[in-house]
Amino acid sequence: MSALLRAGATELAGLIASGEVSAREVTAAHLDQIAAVDDRVKAFLHVDGERALASADAVDAKRAAGEKLGPLAGVPLAMKDIFTMQGAPTTCGSRILEGWMPPYNSTITDKLLAADVIVLGKTNMDEFAMGSSTENSGYFATHNPWDNALIPGGSGGGSAAALAAFEAPLAIGTDTGGSIRQPASVTGTVGVKPTYGGTSRYGVVAMASSLDTPGPCARNVRDAALLHSVIGGWDPRDSTSINAPLPDLLGAVERADVAGMRIGVVTEFGGEGYQPGVEQRFSEALAVLEQLGAQIVEVSCPNFEYALAAYYLIMPSEVSSNLARFDAMRYGLRVGDDGVNSVEEVMNLTRGAGFGAEAKRRIIIGTYALSSGYYDAYYGSAQKVRTLIKRDFDAAFDKVDVLVSPTTPTTAFPIGERVDDPLAMYKADLCTIPSNLAGNCALSLPVGLSPDNGLPVGFQVMAPVLADDRLYRIGAALEAELNRNWGASLLDQFADSPAGAYLNVGSIR
Amino acid sequence: MALTTGDVGRLGELARIRLTPDELAHLAPQLDVILQSVATVTEVATADVPPTSHALPLTNVFRDDVVTPSLPVAAVLAAAPATEDNRFRVPRILGEEA
Amino acid sequence: MSLMEFDDALVAFDPVLGLEVHVELNTASKMFCGCANAFGAEPNTQTCPVCLGLPGSLPVVNARAIESAIRIGLALNCDIAQWCRFARKNYFYPDMTKDFQTSQYDEPIAFDGFVDLEVDGEVFHIEIERAHMEEDAGKLVHSGFTGRIGDADYSLVDYNRAGTPLIEIVTRPIRGTGAKAPQVAKAYVSYLRDLMLALGVSDVRMEQGSLRCDANVSLMPKGETELGLRTETKNVNSLRSIERALNYEIRRQAALLAEGGRVHQETRHWHEEGYTTPGRSKEQAEDYRYFPEPDLVPVAPSREWVEQLRGTLPEVPAVRRARLQETWGFTDLEMQDAVNGGALDVIEATVAAGATPQSARKWWLTELARRANEAGVELAELAITPSQVAAVQALVDAGTVNDKLARQVIEGVLAGEGTPAEVVGARGLAVVSDDGALTAAVERAIEANPDVAERIREGKLAAAGALIGAVMRDMRGQADAARVRELILARLG
Repeated sequence: MSALLRAGATELAGLIASGEVSAREVTAAHLDQIAAVDDRVKAFLHVDGERALASADAVDAKRAAGEKLGPLAGVPLAMKDIFTMQGAPTTCGSRILEGWMPPYNSTITDKLLAADVIVLGKTNMDEFAMGSSTENSGYFATHNPWDNALIPGGSGGGSAAALAAFEAPLAIGTDTGGSIRQPASVTGTVGVKPTYGGTSRYGVVAMASSLDTPGPCARNVRDAALLHSVIGGWDPRDSTSINAPLPDLLGAVERADVAGMRIGVVTEFGGEGYQPGVEQRFSEALAVLEQLGAQIVEVSCPNFEYALAAYYLIMPSEVSSNLARFDAMRYGLRVGDDGVNSVEEVMNLTRGAGFGAEAKRRIIIGTYALSSGYYDAYYGSAQKVRTLIKRDFDAAFDKVDVLVSPTTPTTAFPIGERVDDPLAMYKADLCTIPSNLAGNCALSLPVGLSPDNGLPVGFQVMAPVLADDRLYRIGAALEAELNRNWGASLLDQFADSPAGAYLNVGSIR
Repeated sequence: MALTTGDVGRLGELARIRLTPDELAHLAPQLDVILQSVATVTEVATADVPPTSHALPLTNVFRDDVVTPSLPVAAVLAAAPATEDNRFRVPRILGEEA
Repeated sequence: MSLMEFDDALVAFDPVLGLEVHVELNTASKMFCGCANAFGAEPNTQTCPVCLGLPGSLPVVNARAIESAIRIGLALNCDIAQWCRFARKNYFYPDMTKDFQTSQYDEPIAFDGFVDLEVDGEVFHIEIERAHMEEDAGKLVHSGFTGRIGDADYSLVDYNRAGTPLIEIVTRPIRGTGAKAPQVAKAYVSYLRDLMLALGVSDVRMEQGSLRCDANVSLMPKGETELGLRTETKNVNSLRSIERALNYEIRRQAALLAEGGRVHQETRHWHEEGYTTPGRSKEQAEDYRYFPEPDLVPVAPSREWVEQLRGTLPEVPAVRRARLQETWGFTDLEMQDAVNGGALDVIEATVAAGATPQSARKWWLTELARRANEAGVELAELAITPSQVAAVQALVDAGTVNDKLARQVIEGVLAGEGTPAEVVGARGLAVVSDDGALTAAVERAIEANPDVAERIREGKLAAAGALIGAVMRDMRGQADAARVRELILARLG
């Protein structure tokens, strides 16, 4: 059983396709793991055990009937609770949607089901994707498997924690300002923000429409590429989706060759505010890339200084509008309907009760930023900064093939440390935000444990719009070299260590 | 640019969120700090810089004028807090003439 | 509510109009989703995640709606935007599934157009500020006896209409209409209606809401140039209501201003009984927090496409009128009457059914216009068809009935008694052509009026009229007066 939990998606798919292991066995093993450890990790809001097993059985039946199975058939997956899926609640980590059963599937849900991926359940998240720690969930906080007193990152902390706790080999999330990458960084997993428009947003509850990007999460680069190629592609139901074929992501993973690539280090992403251990591992990773034949240069992107500010104007503005529909009229929470209260009052009371503090904060900021008299100074100006950031990227990509930086300035911080300091919390997204504003793709992979606290450090690769293959090419090369140097992946090492013993996934040694 | 609790309360009403006095007291200074830091955008957002509203320069994405199946009524109403006669029942509306 | 006499109001003030017209497009599917765009379905049977605004749903623009919007813009002599976007208009209301309306704000698809209207021989140049695309909201029904929102304990919402494509057409302030202001407004909306029908983009039925008008009016004291505060009147559901509502508002505002009061910038509600009441106050304008719709990409119609659509435009109403006038041989005055009476379509159809233009004009603008007025409906809504009117005229031409009897035939058709021929039969209205019967009636008339008969014998032929009248009464009008005269003169002459 432990071997099944340790295996990655690619390996599991192979075992199932060959008949060596049944899909049911694989799903059952992961459901058992959830039952065993999720009391501590708290990654899941909803586990869909019966349906998962039924789906697994269906895959086994297909295989028995001699049907050809897809590359991810029978592989379990944890789904961030922001994707609609019929038959299970979709809450977005909010009380205002508690128990909401959507009458339709997101396009990505449909693609996963069509690929015979087994959705184990819905994972915890910061309410409506607003946060960098999953502490803003209306239900409970998720704990970082590496140290349960620490945050798993956010907003997609549940998905990342599920991977790191070996509860699932695959997960999906959404990345609006770093919500896939930053959790990946602090949990030692891989997370990718595809090019905006490269994955369909239909059926993904909107936070900031012009920034939201669904993406793959896994424990290794190859699995992420495999998942990415299954969920990506044009969707006629999403007007902002790109009508072009995905680049060859798996081919890029196979290639895994960085010789001759020009890699730009963003000079603005370092120094004050960055944990020394993080910077150290980052530099070491650069050295590895150089050894592998890449050319490292420094690139300045001066307008990146304003990215955080622009983001915290654009995003709340779109949020304030996207969350207006939660008005107690058609679904979700309704408070105060006593036959006397007016509809305005019921809306006020419902939203006052149903939204958490961070959601309210951002809605108010967004309402303010869009209000007449303030639009030009706030939202209007932020949209201009967006142009400047795009220009910085364009100029940079003229000189280099990819840009790199630490994924986030620190390793995982303690639960509770930043809840009362929103600005401090927002700084977790410093390095990830520019890619969301410009729409290009980015990936985070683990490059070591910080020497000061032994916690995972993430390395971010940013590539131009539509050049998602470059992420996987570099990611795969770096990962292979590091794993070879270490002898085993960081997560495997953790699972073998005393601190990871509670995960009970046995030893690979 | 200091936001008073009155300002925040009004914004709350505009956003249809009833904020408690405690929340108002908490929010106003927090919002102030955030707004001050984001105001830096005006430093570089000069008149000659055009705004970007979309990450990608797509235009003219249309669908053909073809009817596709609607949701069954039961599915439409299934999550409704209250219904009557296959319609959504909502509390009384103040103020406006229909 | 005190009202000034309309004429007095016009002595002191110049009305300035602003008209906002919403046209519901007749696309097969909705603006942003594939749900059917059809009137009258069972509640909530034409909805989907998109038009319900369910979490996660996304809009996709209906190509035919864009096409219709461009054609409407071209027909209104507008410029068509090279590049424009949708915008979100944010406000909370239970009929709004997303609590924002996807509309257009500062980038309408069509702008800077005009319409030239002729009203009673005077031409008015109406400037069109913009025509833009937006979506409709759901429909609210209020509980309680009156169905009025203020008396309701709760309301019910049907979202079938949510997401229906709308084009909103907004004029610039219309000045210089003077006392004709209400008629100009009515003529303008009537013109738009004709235009939409000609373009085939909407069935523009005001009673069904596929054509809606909000009428704005303010009064400028004579001699001043600064615009007064305006009111916006909603719920004007017919062309007549537009005229009546504006007439009322002008009189009400004039009275208010004359008493030294202030007009409140507000939305008012028109009641068919003949007055307006205040609704939402516009003094504290709602902040809609417009911003470009991030879920949709810009619309940039190529100039080639625009020109291709321009080629599909039908004959513009003004051109059509000129052509009809020529074909029918009407004088300018006759044509004006026909246009003002809203009778062009019915006359055209009656002529197509075989009547002469003059006879068609006569029936529609006299007898039928009178009846329409009495019933408070438009000509097209009368229970008689143009073919039937042509049939009535054919009966007159054949001598089966005379003019007076024809009016009774029409009455019968309107009352639902059947076709003209059936009414003639059922009511026994045919003119008696049997000379025997007529001669007998003539004898009776002569006998009853000997002195009149004497005068005729003496050569005072004009006196025959009295005898003709007597015979006609005797025959209950069912005689050809000319033949009666012949018989009388032959008998006495």
